Amino acid sequence: MSGHSEAHAHPSVGTYGKIALILTIITVFEVSAYYIPAWESSAIYVPSMLSMSAVKFFLVVAYYMHLKYDHKLFRALFTGPFLVAGLTLIGLLFLFSKLVIRLGLLS
Amino acid sequence: MSATTVSASHGDGHAHAGGHHTSLGLDNRKIAIWAFIGSECMLFASLISTYLIYKGRSPQGPFPHEPWTNPATGEVMKPILDIPVTSASTFVLLMSSVAMVMALNAVQTKHEPKVSTWDKIKGSSKLWLWMTAGLGTVFLGFQAYEFTSFINEGLTIRTNLFGSSFFTLTGFHGAHVTVGVLWLFTLLAIDYKRGLQPKDALLVDIAALYWHFVDVVWIVIFPLIYLIK
Repeated sequence: MSGHSEAHAHPSVGTYGKIALILTIITVFEVSAYYIPAWESSAIYVPSMLSMSAVKFFLVVAYYMHLKYDHKLFRALFTGPFLVAGLTLIGLLFLFSKLVIRLGLLS
Repeated sequence: MSATTVSASHGDGHAHAGGHHTSLGLDNRKIAIWAFIGSECMLFASLISTYLIYKGRSPQGPFPHEPWTNPATGEVMKPILDIPVTSASTFVLLMSSVAMVMALNAVQTKHEPKVSTWDKIKGSSKLWLWMTAGLGTVFLGFQAYEFTSFINEGLTIRTNLFGSSFFTLTGFHGAHVTVGVLWLFTLLAIDYKRGLQPKDALLVDIAALYWHFVDVVWIVIFPLIYLIK
């Protein structure tokens, strides 16, 4: 069973250290961006914040929670509800007009 | 990024003595923690969406990112969020996750020979569990400081929509961190009583999964509440 052999691999201590360094650097970038007016007021600010957060989220889940190396059932047990939760969140934001799609024809 | 294979005959989610086999050969306790984490995703998604829906809809201050006028004194007050303090607490929680993976690694490799000083440090499960629990406690201290200062500045859970949604979301997260710290202390108690062995790695692995989940929730909450205006 392929999932069985995958489940026997774990990241090394060196990998954990590299991930910690990357997480720290991203956090420094996140906080720095908040204090740089040109970045904070630009259109890319929110997407860049969400992207950096997503990268940190992925790194912790994939390496520290070793989901990348674990059995596919565990992956399904996490990603299934996570996707449902994410889509529900986005749906609610549309429902309460916190997110809108601006169409040129309708504006 | 390369990943090397550790002995990992334990703590990998496959059933061992004391655990119950599923038809896939996986330990039911590890399946249970992943199912629980999946359900927690939905809980926090509901809390985060509530916060975002109410964001900017408070008719009166205190506000998170904008100055506000105190109705009692007429004084113009600063935005209430303290970004440097919360950035420090975010870093502390991130580092606690690093300590947690080191604790799991120490238990998994307990029987491997420890030659150098670094090997001995790396192999001390007590040290890493203490460090994780300590950093978690420091994070809770930061949160207690933040909550206290907000209350002193006039923001409570009943003040406005921001206060209600903020205290509910971060309070739930803090409660999860508290449970995690208590869980870590139970592992430490086991470690002091009889010593955590590689056969116990699954116990540490399950606690670690919970701890990392609490960390990833904060990874999402931190920019949404504190950094995005």
